[in-house]
Amino acid sequence: MMFPMFKQLIVQMFRKPFTNPFPAKYAPKSMKKFMEDVEKGKAKINPPVEIPDEETFRGRILYDRDKCIGCQLCIKVCPSKAIEFKKEEKKIRIYIGRCIFCSQCNDICPTNALSMGNEFLLASDSKVNDELVVE
Amino acid sequence: MAHEYELSIGPIHPALKEPIMIRVKVEGEEIVDVDVIASQNHRGIEWLGMNRNNAIQSIYLAERVCGICNFCHPSCLVMAVEEIADIEVPERAQYIRVIQGELERIHSHLLWAGVAAHELGFDTLLHYVWMVREKVMDVLELVNGNRVTKSIIMYGGVRRDIKEEHVEHIRKMLDYYRNAFSKLAKFFLEDKTMEKRTREIGILTERDAIELAAVGPTARASGIKKDVRQDFPYFAYPDFDIHAITPDELTGYTVGDVYDRIVVRLLEVKQSIDIIEEALNEMPSGEIIAEKKLVKLMAKIKASEGEAVARYEAPRGEDIHYVKLKKGFEPLYSWKVRAPTYINILSWRPMLVGYQIADIPIIAASIDPCMSCTNRIAVVKDGKERIFTSDYFHELSVKKTRRLMK
Repeated sequence: MMFPMFKQLIVQMFRKPFTNPFPAKYAPKSMKKFMEDVEKGKAKINPPVEIPDEETFRGRILYDRDKCIGCQLCIKVCPSKAIEFKKEEKKIRIYIGRCIFCSQCNDICPTNALSMGNEFLLASDSKVNDELVVE
Repeated sequence: MAHEYELSIGPIHPALKEPIMIRVKVEGEEIVDVDVIASQNHRGIEWLGMNRNNAIQSIYLAERVCGICNFCHPSCLVMAVEEIADIEVPERAQYIRVIQGELERIHSHLLWAGVAAHELGFDTLLHYVWMVREKVMDVLELVNGNRVTKSIIMYGGVRRDIKEEHVEHIRKMLDYYRNAFSKLAKFFLEDKTMEKRTREIGILTERDAIELAAVGPTARASGIKKDVRQDFPYFAYPDFDIHAITPDELTGYTVGDVYDRIVVRLLEVKQSIDIIEEALNEMPSGEIIAEKKLVKLMAKIKASEGEAVARYEAPRGEDIHYVKLKKGFEPLYSWKVRAPTYINILSWRPMLVGYQIADIPIIAASIDPCMSCTNRIAVVKDGKERIFTSDYFHELSVKKTRRLMK
């Protein structure tokens, strides 16, 4: 056959697009304005694809401050050196901007103070704002 | 006599792992000589592994040697360290490693197939193949928690088990790919344009392939039955019946051209599907890691001494890691990575000589290099320099396709 894809092309014309149009069906002219509209309730975000398994998913890290005993093992294994030790309080501070979401600190933590969350939309204009620093 | 020009392709593409430069001498449209200038960039990965990181941190560094094959580099490193530290890996972990490795092969080969179609100007096929590829990416996200970087391997086993409810999803994916395979084979191998652009183009003879020590699908497409999984099986591969795939299995004969490289990669996707199915059926139960306490594990690695070489059949060919450990020294004492592309770029010369400029993108892409080169060409004529962009280059390729279709 000369063009075996021809049939597929015709079929594709009547199908819904395969990709999920996130955050809006058509790209807004100004993303900043679009986000402001969303906050005011004027526009709606087309939701991202759902997380397939919340148990295995590795999103923004969650830190249980009370469980932490300040043993610094997580600092020792963190491949990207994203964790800082606060000497006075004997607690840690995690910079998500540097985190590579490998969850190695979760594995080594003796008291299970660390776990992986489900949040993954972490774009921000500053790498040290409240959302990107966990303490 | 016709003028001879020299085109330089490369050397830098900011998004890619191995910036490389090809200098091509052309006479009119025809390529008469090729020179490859490698080592355009140094990332210091081995240095970091030998100075800054401890052994566990190095796994994640090795994962980032290459984004696409982010399972083969850490597993190669882990295999070498396991041999030195004498760590016995539980059987279930070995099966999970095989499944992960084959999932990676499927997604890497499909990604390449899409890129190859794009280089020929056949973007419809590119989008179709990448749509098909999305299925395996979904499974990777489900099983590992992230779409691309798996972070699953650890010295002495794997970090996460494959859950019972995930097995069903993997089986569904396998069925999907069995159905998609016949369609993909038809789109790639029976299309007239595809055949015209790839048959008898970029031939690497068996002799050249042996002399240049080509590895992986590049060597197999030239008829060399060479596969680390077959020759020196690692993980749980000794339990599987694996043979090196050559294109004559489907077409009946071997030419060693770009078309054959497509055939080999498509057949390998099929082979991977069968391996995953067999592994799921025969996976034993039990432990998934030899030493659960990571502090103990780190102490054990720190106390071991020796050197080892590990070989792994990555989607692009044989990957080799050499590791040396010294007692009391926390980072790796010595670490050398040899990625498959290093070897395969040498085969560009025999592949390119005698073909046209418009064939450069597809021939260069046909070894599945870990970088898309061809980002610009500078033509020097009478002391004046003209720079062509990759778009112009792509346009040339598309034009050739159009010309052939007439």
